[in-house]
Amino acid sequence: MTVTGPSPETMLEMQRRMLRIRVFDERASKMVKRGQIPGTVHTSIGQEAQVVGACMALRKGDHITGNHRSHGHPIGMDSPLGPLMAELVGKATGVCKGKGGSLHLADASVGSLGESGVTGSSIPIAVGAGLSAMVLGENRVAMCFFGDGAANQGVLYESMNLASTWKLPVIFLCENNHYALSTPSHTVTAGRIVDRASGFGMPGVRVENGQNIMDVYTAVAEAVDRARRGEGPTLVEVMTYRFREHSEGLRINVDYRDAAEKAIWLARDPVVMFRDVLIAQGHATAATMDQMEADVAQEVEDCANFALQSPDPAPGVAFEDLYTEPYTLENVL
Amino acid sequence: MSIMTYIAAIGAAQREAMVADKRVIIIGEDVESNVYGTTGESKQRAESGDFVHQFGHARVRNTPISEEAMVGAAIGAAMTGLRPIVDLSYSSFMYMAMDQLVNQAAKNRYMFGGQSSIPVVFRSAMFYGLNTGAHHSDRPYPMFMTVPGLKVIAPGSASDAKGLLRTAVDCDDPVLIFEAVPLWGQKEEVQDDEYWIPFGQARIRREGTDVTVVAISGAVPLAMKAAEQMEAKGISVEVIDPRTLVPLDIKSIIASVRRTGRLVITEPAARTCGAAAEISALVCEAAFDALKAPIKRVTALDMQVPFSPALEPQIYPTTERIVAAIQAVCAA
Repeated sequence: MTVTGPSPETMLEMQRRMLRIRVFDERASKMVKRGQIPGTVHTSIGQEAQVVGACMALRKGDHITGNHRSHGHPIGMDSPLGPLMAELVGKATGVCKGKGGSLHLADASVGSLGESGVTGSSIPIAVGAGLSAMVLGENRVAMCFFGDGAANQGVLYESMNLASTWKLPVIFLCENNHYALSTPSHTVTAGRIVDRASGFGMPGVRVENGQNIMDVYTAVAEAVDRARRGEGPTLVEVMTYRFREHSEGLRINVDYRDAAEKAIWLARDPVVMFRDVLIAQGHATAATMDQMEADVAQEVEDCANFALQSPDPAPGVAFEDLYTEPYTLENVL
Repeated sequence: MSIMTYIAAIGAAQREAMVADKRVIIIGEDVESNVYGTTGESKQRAESGDFVHQFGHARVRNTPISEEAMVGAAIGAAMTGLRPIVDLSYSSFMYMAMDQLVNQAAKNRYMFGGQSSIPVVFRSAMFYGLNTGAHHSDRPYPMFMTVPGLKVIAPGSASDAKGLLRTAVDCDDPVLIFEAVPLWGQKEEVQDDEYWIPFGQARIRREGTDVTVVAISGAVPLAMKAAEQMEAKGISVEVIDPRTLVPLDIKSIIASVRRTGRLVITEPAARTCGAAAEISALVCEAAFDALKAPIKRVTALDMQVPFSPALEPQIYPTTERIVAAIQAVCAA
């Protein structure tokens, strides 16, 4: 194994990014309730270790694709928060100019090729990023995030087969939060997702405690290292849990999650757990952690203000970016 | 100049594009063994001109039979530095990749605010009239015309196929090129050197003064024959091939209709919501005053494709049907 443990600075950065996701999503949830964000959002609250542990194993130049639970992925890659929040609100300063919204974030500045609102649809896009890395001889990797729900999409298996056959530098990162919306994963998924890797001749690794960011980081870093060595893709299944409802504002009358199960997972808060680890290992003190939390809270406060105070997109923006050349009404007649 | 078949022109354009730009790759089923004749000089691997020999396995890749992953991977590769040509072979196989074509290729650039471009070409062959049955016979280009973000082209001759495919590969947006297989063997003089035909420029295949016939893809040679037959009867037919459907050179069509006052539109796709329907609507909106007779469409019927040679030909446009339509609009 060539992966060395992360430096204390890296570990502190992990905590900072987890906090950024937590506080950003808490704020986004409030903004949905207040009607400041149109539509809904899907928060990554509870899944921060799974997201950040994976993202921190990547480096600049690498690519990610994601899914509807979308904010965490670019934030995990250190995306600036202002344009992300402005996108959720639908403002001119949004990272996608107000044309994507919460479900369809992308931030090219951090290698985020785009989140997909269609389950599983962004998986082969990451395979393509791996293909271009190989053909162009660029030493980069691509990672696709998808949930346990998307694990039952056929395109995942086409993509795993293609990536494995061509030995592409791709990480298939399954965020197993145990539920496809309200449907328990085990009721619609045969066997273990991780075991499907062997069918495609690639290693499969399951991180049993996806709430522990170091476990996630270590597993993904090994997979990334393997991909960079030209040894092909890996399927990493991370067991985690979303702390909130599938999407904000969604009310489901059936209690589809067992109370005891919920209590066990809620007690494994990745942000709280890692704060304790950092302090216990002497990388931080309660005071420095408090300061970090205050700084992140301020950053999120600023990003929300930035988003709310930004202007609406000019109407003409709706007619830009369809093609690389300008669209004019002359195209119609 | 060389006399070249349509399929050879496609192959020539692919070779030129591969030579011109190392970012161009070709992926698809059976492209390494040149099954469809566009990735080699002949069907023989060992002979000179084989794409795998010339460009290497890294750039000419057989894919598994996985249209969705193949199309998605091409999109992702295009977003990160390559310019893939995807050979989807039969156009009916595109339906396996509808999510990637419609939700990813067409939407990503727009939805992400122009952060990436997607320079990818999807080639597909419209087998029809060849007794290959409904799963292997299709002309699906009109349904993709309804998807903003895609460019849709349908060359009607060898020289157009070569020049338009070069433009497609150099285009920074996703392009779907539909090749009518009945045209694959048709020959035309083709320039030996490189050339590019701009999108959105119709080709007037034949000038005329009495009636305009807009012919698309495999209907072009039928319209040309119909025009010859009409000439003998003293009716002067202008034949226009739009060549690209998105973007569509409606201005040239309208200008022609303003000269002739009559319009017949023919295409091998089904009638409802076809390219002919759209062109008809546009002409009605812009040049109704110039029409001396109602527009006529000569399209395939809204019918699935039967297998038997005794049944299949009935559903497509024929020279006879085009002649009848021309006579009808000229009689009015």
